[in-house]
Amino acid sequence: MSSRGSEELVVISVTGADKPGIVAGITAILAKHNVNIVDIAQTVVRGIFSMIMIVDLSTGNITLPKLREELYIKGKELGVEVSVHHIDVFKAMQRV
Amino acid sequence: MPRIISPEEISEVLEMLLFHDLDIRSATLSLNLQDCISRIEDEILSCIEEKVSLYSKKLVKAVDNVSKKYGVKIVTKRIAVTPISIIIEPLARKSFEEASNAAINIAKSLDRIAILNGIDYIGGYAAFVHKGFTQGDKVVVETLPKALALTQTIAAMINAASTATGINVDAIKDVSRKILEIAHSTPKGIGCTRFTIMANAPEDNPFMPGAYHGLGEPEAAINIAVSGPGVIEAAINRLDEKIDMRTLHDTIKRAAFKITRLGELVGREIAKELGIPFGIVDLSLAPSPKIGDSVARILEAMGLEYAGAPGSIAALYILTDAVKKGGTMATSSIGGLSGAFIPVSEDWGMLRAVEVGAITIDRLEAMMMVCNTGIDMVAIPGDTPIETIAAIIIDVMAAAIMLDKTLGVRLIPVPGAKAGDRVDFGGLLGSTIVMDVPKFNCKKFIERGGLIPPSIKRLDKG
Repeated sequence: MSSRGSEELVVISVTGADKPGIVAGITAILAKHNVNIVDIAQTVVRGIFSMIMIVDLSTGNITLPKLREELYIKGKELGVEVSVHHIDVFKAMQRV
Repeated sequence: MPRIISPEEISEVLEMLLFHDLDIRSATLSLNLQDCISRIEDEILSCIEEKVSLYSKKLVKAVDNVSKKYGVKIVTKRIAVTPISIIIEPLARKSFEEASNAAINIAKSLDRIAILNGIDYIGGYAAFVHKGFTQGDKVVVETLPKALALTQTIAAMINAASTATGINVDAIKDVSRKILEIAHSTPKGIGCTRFTIMANAPEDNPFMPGAYHGLGEPEAAINIAVSGPGVIEAAINRLDEKIDMRTLHDTIKRAAFKITRLGELVGREIAKELGIPFGIVDLSLAPSPKIGDSVARILEAMGLEYAGAPGSIAALYILTDAVKKGGTMATSSIGGLSGAFIPVSEDWGMLRAVEVGAITIDRLEAMMMVCNTGIDMVAIPGDTPIETIAAIIIDVMAAAIMLDKTLGVRLIPVPGAKAGDRVDFGGLLGSTIVMDVPKFNCKKFIERGGLIPPSIKRLDKG
């Protein structure tokens, strides 16, 4: 299913109380490791901030488990919930 | 550029994973041990030690890597081996006593390897006696209490009936006696949670205690058990209460598709990491004692006050059928038990239904017609007569061969306990209420012994 060449796509979701600096905090880690953001969707519903990002690890210098670890720590700092899953999970479950 | 996958689709999956306990219940490595067959005990033990240790380490590493890659929880790691009755056959021919000691030592050795490497269960302390006993089979049955009492991770299974050959009543009598012995040789009878007597036991079952490495299997394979009753319950709860039955069925089918797909993805990746074939996904949704992870709650979400209420057989039929249809579209590698599980102590909704009297042994017997559970994880009074235990088993076996399907019985006669008492087994096994058993006498019937012939269905096969 990884039809787009050598990309290694990962889904990052961030949810929590809305406040300044959430996007900056998360993207700073991605930039530090040269991870490219492929797609981003963001909503705020009743003060709950929700962001879903699809990023490409193939340009970066970090493995998925390491990135998850760093993002978890950053999420704790920011007071938001972060989850990191390989895109194949979503493709397997949502495509026939 | 069109989106690879929409935020709504991502959110739906995340909700399942993060809030509805969608996980992989078990990655079960099915492993051949026939190459360890020998007339010398030490040779058997060193062969098992070497092979199972090596595969345990590889399995744990592969499961951890895949879990980290996908961000999906894999709750347990298990191994299913060639039935021990086969391994000890040459020894059993030499001396019954020597073979019995060897069988117990094999169990202890497997247990050590499991604990050392972080394997949750090793299944395959098993024998197939649906038409009669070999010496090796006799050794396994005889040593069940010791093998279970002296280990923590060993799971045992005796297959006592099959559609093709009928029911071995002598085996059921022997095993019933052993069930009481197991109960009395382990605290609260907990050893019985690791033993099942089955009809038509499948060769590629990832679930304990019925898992073993079948004779038709390759050298090694990965079989997957999925969880996710919470996902189905949530999907039903999102529906309007007036939604009709067909739409209800369709909703379950769609959710089951997604759950099964996750199992297939994870199973294939673990198999790839291990360099062995991917076996099967068992479509059964395994419940756990955790709130929100209950099959009983699915039936209740459909509109029943409690699981076991009138209508429960139809509700369970809808669930099992929809899970199979959704699951079969999701993977061509189906296997194992693939139905619905309603183990009493392992499902908090089932336990609650027992507490209010909605679930009784009679209700479980009726419900097993449309699922593949039989009488599972049912605690009964410790003074239940052997013939009553045998009669409960024989009824389940008869249903299994008549309906041509897999069913099992996992009874726990709790020493000193009476009907209504609460017993806590801990962990995934949960806690339970001791259930009442029918008091009417069946001794003369059971005492007849011998074989019950297979049904006329046998002749369909030629």
